[in-house]
Amino acid sequence: MSIINLNIKNPVLSLKDLSVSYDGEKLAIKKINAEIKKNSITAIMGPSGCGKSTLLRALNRMHDLYPDIVTTGSVFLNGIDVVEMSNIDLRRKVGMVFQRPNPFPTMSIYDNVIAGYKLNGMKQKKSERDEIVEKSLRDVTLWNEVKDSLQKKGTFLSGGQQQRLCIARALAFQPSVILLDEPTSALDPIATAKVEELLLNLKKKYTIVLVTHNMAQAARVSNQSMFMYLGELVEYGKTKEMFTNPTDKKTEEYLTGKFG
Amino acid sequence: MMKLNLALNHKVGVEKNPRKVKNNIFTTLVIFFSVVTISPIILIISKLIIKGAKQINLSFFTETAPDTFVAMTAISNGEVIPGGILNGITGTLFMVIMAALIAIPIGILIGLYLYENPNKIYANIVRDIADILQGVPSIVLGLIAYIWIVKGLTNGYSALAGSISLSIMMLPLILRSTEETLKMIPISLKEAAIALGVPYHKVIFKVMIPTGFSGLSSGVLLAISRVIGETAPLMLTALGSSVVNYHLDKPTSAVPLLIWEFYNDPNMVNLIWSSSLFLLGFILTLNLLSKHIASKRKAN
Ligand SMILES: Nc1ncnc2c1ncn2[C@@H]1O[C@H](COP(=O)(O)OP(=O)(O)OP(=O)(O)O)[C@@H](O)[C@H]1O
Ligand SMILES: [Mg+2]
Repeated sequence: MSIINLNIKNPVLSLKDLSVSYDGEKLAIKKINAEIKKNSITAIMGPSGCGKSTLLRALNRMHDLYPDIVTTGSVFLNGIDVVEMSNIDLRRKVGMVFQRPNPFPTMSIYDNVIAGYKLNGMKQKKSERDEIVEKSLRDVTLWNEVKDSLQKKGTFLSGGQQQRLCIARALAFQPSVILLDEPTSALDPIATAKVEELLLNLKKKYTIVLVTHNMAQAARVSNQSMFMYLGELVEYGKTKEMFTNPTDKKTEEYLTGKFG
Repeated sequence: MMKLNLALNHKVGVEKNPRKVKNNIFTTLVIFFSVVTISPIILIISKLIIKGAKQINLSFFTETAPDTFVAMTAISNGEVIPGGILNGITGTLFMVIMAALIAIPIGILIGLYLYENPNKIYANIVRDIADILQGVPSIVLGLIAYIWIVKGLTNGYSALAGSISLSIMMLPLILRSTEETLKMIPISLKEAAIALGVPYHKVIFKVMIPTGFSGLSSGVLLAISRVIGETAPLMLTALGSSVVNYHLDKPTSAVPLLIWEFYNDPNMVNLIWSSSLFLLGFILTLNLLSKHIASKRKAN
């Protein structure tokens, strides 16, 4: 593996020998070591099946949901091993956005944003809730579009709006990290551009890890890029340097469109 | 040029003909069999309306079934039979609601278990048992409820025994429809809640079940409409009663039981039609309601 010296001080996340296996035998990701820089966008690239989603989902321990999945190694969030954190603590600090927009269909736009609090049974004053909802929706530039229809179902929105709603739902907890797994792959170019612009804004306050299939997207928005291949982290470096001067042969082949 | 065209047309026409004939035969057959399928339903409904409608008035819903002498006098005077089937309607509602209260929570819990552990041996056994249960003749379930509840628990015929026999019939329908409904909910919805740190049981009860609510309720309605017309198990358990009864441990009437009683009493025959019309209407309404909910859900 060729890792350019990123020289990351006080990383938000650090991954130590992180491996995940779906069946207890074959490793879907193999001994990943990496550190994620604060207030920046880190893209994870690589051909289909190389383990991008698997890696991302290891970061908020999503794999715990499935007892067959074996995770070894560790992930540290601001220096604390995530295994030592409670689920709710971890996931308040590490939000996740999925490939397809998935607002809760039974809930209004308002309730979708506040869902993290509501479903966990955290009580607040109405004024506090209103504030969280407004702020989160403003953060994803959805507020002006929906402020008059907060009580409508979230599923009535367009795909792009739904995806921004889902980002707002993750932001409501004021996490330190937001994980996004190909968040624009189900969106049209205009909605995609909006989400990308939004991500560039959000990195001022949040640390973003973005899985993307789309090299151009990684080039447009990310500061650091990881290139994965067959479950291994092949190359990790500053996006600009990696795109202009990849050190690994595989990375170069991928970036020049020879496979993927 | 014209001639050539005509000749071509002619040829095409000849070629097309056998296919047309085949088509016509097929269409005729389809129409014929549709008529064969639909006509019994139309015959039944029109017969019930013609014979039963005149008996349906306010007292049909507000009074209990008349006794045989009253009915006889009315018939000999050429009048409508007085009284109604209130004891049957209340009994049916009472027992079906009780049965639903028993079957819904158990059915949904088992359905949840099947959804959560789709491949465990135990889940497969439960599925098989549910399928077998669905095939058990209702009179056999009635017999079992007779032995367990009538003999063992309530010391006599009772609404409880009737409700339990109906709930056993509803159970397999509800648990399978629960499993199917949950399976149709995208996993990403469950994961969205998990990613918010929501504990698993809350995900199930606050996200999965509300999301599948229309599917679950259409399954329940369908199960109710299946058992509401059952007569055999009720004969052995609830027995029937000439009064309105809301006691779990007392014999209770039901609309299908009343129909059976009317059939056995030559003076009451006219009431069979109105009661059947009512029962059929009720079941059709439940069926349509359940279909409507299910289709609305698909549209979403
Ligand atoms: N639920 C699962 N059960 C078993 N194997 C799985 C499962 N999910 C993924 N895998 C395997 O793990 C490997 C990595 O999959 P992963 O989904 O992480 O790839 P990816 O890079 O996200 O691909 P894509 O770009 O197609 O989303 C693949 O070989 C895949 O077949
Ligand atoms: Mg993926």
